[in-house]
Amino acid sequence: MKRSVFAGPYVVWMVLSTIAPLLFVVYFALTSASGAFTLNNLVKFVDPIYLGVLWRSLYLAFYCTVICLVIGYPAAYFLASKDFSKNQALFVLILLPMWMNFLLRTYAMMSMIEDTGMINNLLKWMGLEPLEMIGTEGAVLMGMVYNFVPFMILPIHTSLKKMDNRIIEAAEDLGAPPAQVFYRVVMPLSLPGVISGITMVFMPAVTTFAISRLLGSGNFFLFGDIIERQFLEANDWNFGSALSLVMMALILISMSLLNKADPKQEGSGAY
Amino acid sequence: MKKVALVLVLLLCLVPTAALAEYITVFNWYDYIDEDVIYQFEEETGIEVKYANFTTNEEMYAKLSAGAGDYDVIFPSDYIIERMIKENGLAKLNLDNMPNVANLQEWLKKPDYDPTGEYSVAYMWGTVGILYNTDLVDHEVTSWQDIFDVERAGTKSVFMLDSIRDSLGVALKALGYSMNTRDEAQLEEAKQLLIKQRQDGIVKGYLVDETKDKMISGEAPMALMWSGDALYSMMEAEELAYVVPEEGSNVWVDAMCIPANSQKQELAEQFIDFLCRPDIARKNMEYIYYSTPIQAVVDEMDEEERSNLTLNPTQDIIDRCEFFHDISDDMEMYDRIWMEVRG
Amino acid sequence: MSPRKFFRGTYLGLLLAFLYSPIVVMIALSFNGSRSRAKWGGFSFKWYAELVGDRQILSALQLTLIIAVVATVVATVLGTLAAIGIHAMKKRPAALIMNISYLPMTTPDIVTGVSLMLMFVFIKLPLGFWTMLIAHIAFDTPYVLYSVMPKLKQMNVNLYEAALDLGCTPLKAVWKVIVPQIMPGVVTGALLSFTMSLDDFVISYFTGGSTDKNLSMVIYSAARRGIEPSIYALSTIMFLVVLALLIVINKRSSLENVA
Repeated sequence: MKRSVFAGPYVVWMVLSTIAPLLFVVYFALTSASGAFTLNNLVKFVDPIYLGVLWRSLYLAFYCTVICLVIGYPAAYFLASKDFSKNQALFVLILLPMWMNFLLRTYAMMSMIEDTGMINNLLKWMGLEPLEMIGTEGAVLMGMVYNFVPFMILPIHTSLKKMDNRIIEAAEDLGAPPAQVFYRVVMPLSLPGVISGITMVFMPAVTTFAISRLLGSGNFFLFGDIIERQFLEANDWNFGSALSLVMMALILISMSLLNKADPKQEGSGAY
Repeated sequence: MKKVALVLVLLLCLVPTAALAEYITVFNWYDYIDEDVIYQFEEETGIEVKYANFTTNEEMYAKLSAGAGDYDVIFPSDYIIERMIKENGLAKLNLDNMPNVANLQEWLKKPDYDPTGEYSVAYMWGTVGILYNTDLVDHEVTSWQDIFDVERAGTKSVFMLDSIRDSLGVALKALGYSMNTRDEAQLEEAKQLLIKQRQDGIVKGYLVDETKDKMISGEAPMALMWSGDALYSMMEAEELAYVVPEEGSNVWVDAMCIPANSQKQELAEQFIDFLCRPDIARKNMEYIYYSTPIQAVVDEMDEEERSNLTLNPTQDIIDRCEFFHDISDDMEMYDRIWMEVRG
Repeated sequence: MSPRKFFRGTYLGLLLAFLYSPIVVMIALSFNGSRSRAKWGGFSFKWYAELVGDRQILSALQLTLIIAVVATVVATVLGTLAAIGIHAMKKRPAALIMNISYLPMTTPDIVTGVSLMLMFVFIKLPLGFWTMLIAHIAFDTPYVLYSVMPKLKQMNVNLYEAALDLGCTPLKAVWKVIVPQIMPGVVTGALLSFTMSLDDFVISYFTGGSTDKNLSMVIYSAARRGIEPSIYALSTIMFLVVLALLIVINKRSSLENVA
């Protein structure tokens, strides 16, 4: 018996639970409410309003990814370094907040940054000017970073831990200054983790849900909001599917771009 | 192996204990009934109640049409009822089985979303108006202009409802039109009013559920709100007041209906009748704190409740309000307007 | 302590403070005597008492845990076997399967949820416990697959062949030879699955019925009338239980596997 048969049940499962549902999205996207073939749903998307929402989602997700990388890389690096690598609990502590309900955490964050919220009350008590945070794009961005930064730290940490410390020591022995060791040795080796982290943050950030409402006070729509609206409010499943299809196309494009940056496919393996 | 055993045990917990007794399945809004009322019904009649809930009318409608479950009593709002009657989705009720329905207030017996009164029995009702903070607003709020005119409203001062019907509806009312208009010129004018309101910086946010707590903590001077939510906020903060503007507004009803495919119409009618019994309606009103449609309950109110115009609006207030009608065939146009306002 | 370690420790400390501040707020709200989040009504344990009698929250907790446990177990078995099988495949089919498996991890939850719902509705499978479970297994399994795969790549394949040559059945060879070597990856995958299941709202919302609500769905529904502080109380208890477990495990210093 060949060992590959062990993958059999999963392949069947994958076809039923991943490919089949996506075909339904394609079907709905390309039909009208009465079931006839049409491209209208996709044409409807090409409209400054929807494109504007998509653009806002993309640039917020881009900023979010950059910030997560800037915050997350050092954290993953420090956690994997000699200083803290023995302290496994510290690493799990980073993941633990994800076990608390996402909506509750976002509500709690809303309570903190409101005009009459805890941070502003503290500032007032200290005699300082209150800050205007809630309802701004900055607040939405902060909420995204808060939620997604563990997804950046996790894969980078994994790829750094897999790294053979002897390589670094060899570089040091050969007289490379610390900065050079980092740029020439550590960085390239952790690249798969970085790429994996970027994917894990960027994708969910584009379609983030509820954050824009709770922290942005509903002042701007994001792409996830308008997809949700089609299914839950406007009751237009066909247009909603078309928007989902656009989303999927975006993902496939960015995945193939990332694959080019990571030809050995290690990025996905680093998770 | 232990894991497998554990899973089996856990799964067994899910298998419903043998349902020998008769039962009905009720599909209601989340947290929209006093649980004791359900127990009391089960005790008095021996009929078991399986209880499911939803969060929006659209969710309920989608799940019902997707065949996601067999329901015997549902609690849709007015415009959805109108739509479901049109689509033959509701069963005709047999009023002879429901003596307590006679307790309904006169104006709710044959409302215009159900003109013959044969398909629905009102459960709770209320209005749409402005909740305002008397500490933060120095004049009396009486008109929709208070939230549309930047001179009177000020900036960053109003939470609008993240609901296209309500927001567009009050803009139409502010302009003196009907909330149910299909006239494109009028809708266009209302859209421009909403866009201007946003551009003038009056709007602080578009929210639904979160507004109650925000008004309690004084985040904004004013909010567009449903009367039921307003009552909750006013209980927590004395400085809040609610008004239905003089130009008129929306009056809404959540009612009880039986889906056409229910196999247990008589049991379902027994349940609806039970909820109309004055002592039960009173209990539910106290728990939910929305306006009750049962006249006997209104008659028995104490002075404080009776004079609370949010809980118990005068006929004069009701008369200047209108119901929403079904606009599902124009939904695309409404959605487009809302995208332009919000996007 | 070296200055370098001090700096690094401070950095991690600040990050943890950022990650935990909303959780501290949540815990504080669970002791709030007032029902509204906007008002402090004095210190009170009443929401903990109320939690005990809250059928809705407790049954949601039960459902959440059952789904998370069952989905994790199924996904772990399915995903681990799949990884072992795919690892033995030729390069092209292996890459194809891995790439398709990557889709659910990157597809927005809303698309996953909606597409599954469209399928269930189409094949007339009533939405409820089982559809929710299927959905959870569907989005959990790739995480296991992707956690196990790297460990397989590090493993010595010849051991498996040797076991077969020595007369082991394939299943026994997998169980006795491969699984012990990839265990850390399996544990990571299971942990990730459990985390994803526990916290999922969007996919459950679309694929679950109206009677079967998990904790996230109850929280979302509850938001309509203001979240009851008993939900905060429950979260506080859950958080403390997990934290306590973590401390115990750490004391026994067998956390190597988890990371």
